[in-house]
Amino acid sequence: MTDTTLPTNAAGNATRALVRKSLARRHRDEMLFRWAGILSIAAALGFVAILFGMILAKGMPSFWQSTLHVEAYFDPELIEGGPRPERQAGASEADYQKAISDWQRAVTLSNWNAIVDKAVRTAAPDFEIETRDLLKLVTSAARFQIRDLYFANPDLLGQTVPVTMLGSANTDNWLKGTIDRNQPDERQQLAVSTRQLADQLVANGAIRFDFAWHIFTNVDSRSAPASAGLAGAFMGSLYMMLIVIVLAVPIGVASAVYLEEFAPKNRWTDLIEVNINNLAAVPSIVFGLLGAAVFINYLGLPRSAPLVGGLVLTLMTLPTIIIATRSSLRAVAPSLRQAALGLGASHNQTVFHHVLPQTFPGILTATIIGVAQALGETAPLLLIGMSAFIANIPANPLDSATALPVQIYLWQGNENRNFFEARTSAAIIVLLGLMLLLNAIAIFLRTRLERRA
Amino acid sequence: MDILAGKVKMTQQSVNTAMNPTDMLDRQIRLTARDVTVHYGAKQALHGISIDIPDRAVTSFIGPSGCGKSTFLRCINRMNDTIEGAKVGGTIKLDGEDIYDADLDVVELRARIGMVFQKPNPFPKSIYDNVAYGPKIHGLARSKTDLDEIVVSSLRKAGLFEEVKDRLNEPGTGLSGGQQQRLCIARAIAVSPEVILMDEPCSALDPIATAIIEELIDELRENYTIVIVTHSMQQAARVSQRTAFFHLGNLIEEGVTEDIFTNPVNKQTQDYIMGRIG
Repeated sequence: MTDTTLPTNAAGNATRALVRKSLARRHRDEMLFRWAGILSIAAALGFVAILFGMILAKGMPSFWQSTLHVEAYFDPELIEGGPRPERQAGASEADYQKAISDWQRAVTLSNWNAIVDKAVRTAAPDFEIETRDLLKLVTSAARFQIRDLYFANPDLLGQTVPVTMLGSANTDNWLKGTIDRNQPDERQQLAVSTRQLADQLVANGAIRFDFAWHIFTNVDSRSAPASAGLAGAFMGSLYMMLIVIVLAVPIGVASAVYLEEFAPKNRWTDLIEVNINNLAAVPSIVFGLLGAAVFINYLGLPRSAPLVGGLVLTLMTLPTIIIATRSSLRAVAPSLRQAALGLGASHNQTVFHHVLPQTFPGILTATIIGVAQALGETAPLLLIGMSAFIANIPANPLDSATALPVQIYLWQGNENRNFFEARTSAAIIVLLGLMLLLNAIAIFLRTRLERRA
Repeated sequence: MDILAGKVKMTQQSVNTAMNPTDMLDRQIRLTARDVTVHYGAKQALHGISIDIPDRAVTSFIGPSGCGKSTFLRCINRMNDTIEGAKVGGTIKLDGEDIYDADLDVVELRARIGMVFQKPNPFPKSIYDNVAYGPKIHGLARSKTDLDEIVVSSLRKAGLFEEVKDRLNEPGTGLSGGQQQRLCIARAIAVSPEVILMDEPCSALDPIATAIIEELIDELRENYTIVIVTHSMQQAARVSQRTAFFHLGNLIEEGVTEDIFTNPVNKQTQDYIMGRIG
């Protein structure tokens, strides 16, 4: 060994010096690259932290809303129509129905504002304030809420019961300070006396910040912004997601399996492949136009319906699922196919018994990515009328509805900006929470599938 | 290594005693290939291969990389059908029946001619399901007990049963490389094939696992016609009774293994055996 290395020692040293020199440069390059990576990840994390921080800081307070806890007296002098008519012996059905509808009419037209006014005054008996200003304290829906309480239980007539009423959007703004409290009176939304009353009620505990469950149970509201909720939009999104999953997954997976495993490779299939890849890059608003033209104009499906939205989003999601499924099919080891074919499994059996099960984790990931994308999609929904104001929870996919991202868009553009800015963030939190939930389910399912495989 | 040496020696002895070269030609011929050519697109991979493969003996194909030995092996169970652009010419007959006949179902053919691949490729399923899959798709088992019996006897024949009998429900991919390859052999046997093709079955295995598989091949030849492609001339010498030497897509020489290795007729065969081509 030493004999053969001795004569080349000088040359060896020279080589080593050269290597060492280049080594220093390589180390420097590596370090530069590492630091560039660390910096970019830190920057990305920083932006994510800022985004989430801002959304949480803005949105979280709107989950707790000013709520008035007072005693309401169902004053027989104010509520017209008297007690609910009983059916008289010998009276005909028609007479009874007429009596009931007369009573309902009278009750509806009663001065419920006066009852709300009196109820609020019980919390601050000595406070001098005009009724007009006082009523601004609670949502305009408060009187309907009290009235519905009475309709549900007419025995309340003459009784005093504790009720809760939501503070109006303006009250909430004032109490949370979303409008600068030092602004002059003419720039404040509420009269001086209303603001003072609100502060006093908070001080004596009549106004509390309760968790706003109604954000999840109410639909959108124009007249009483404080009571606006996400239930309608949530159901709309849910219907659309179900439609996307039910249609896009089987159609997408079937197309991918056929194209990848069975279709002959010729000019036609090449053309189809190119077009599928192109479809994945088509702007979503174009899909919205397509949906409006085909599903609404040509097929005559109802406007604003989650069914149409779901179909449009299915078209949008299909390329994602097809492309991902094809690439996971391609990634299945050829040895597995050979093993099955070598045993005498037919082409079909090879694909469905061995190849396809290997791609389940991939298909699942693609599905979740596709569905999450669809869940957050807004533009195509605007074009098929899903941005209309809908005051009902859709009972089925053919009812008019809106969707979570559209609701965010609508609230963001609402005129009661100070209130709805926070609501928008709250809706974003709900949407992101839903996405995280979806992803968590996907990861859980994928690890389970992979462990089984 | 002592164990290994012992095993190899023993195998060699058994080959030497069992092999009676003059006997070989009397054996019934199972497979006859005449003028088999294969084109991959414009490239010709095989130039007119003609060979007879005897029943219940091991025939080995040797030759340098790219000589066409694996290509020819894959013609025998029509695995080349699955390769895009591959075209096979000539005739291959199994018991006088043309396997490229239009009426012949390739699924049935592959049930008769099993295959073991270069890299162990068990299904990502349990050991039991790996072996049971073939009989299941071919409808060979009439009941669950039937199927259990096939699985156990196949694993036994592959010399794997004792090692895995307590974990038949564990994934086959969790076994060692050599065990996986024996599982693949058990899987092939479970379909009761007449011919077993082996494409370099030991090239991914360590010497001890290789010795075990070679011993197994030697046992299996009692009941099956075996064709094995191998890179190792020593392996060909140890396990096979007949050897065919391929070079550049041609079958150069074919005959009783001992003759090929000790007294090759062709100069190219001689060069390869001596290590001058390769």
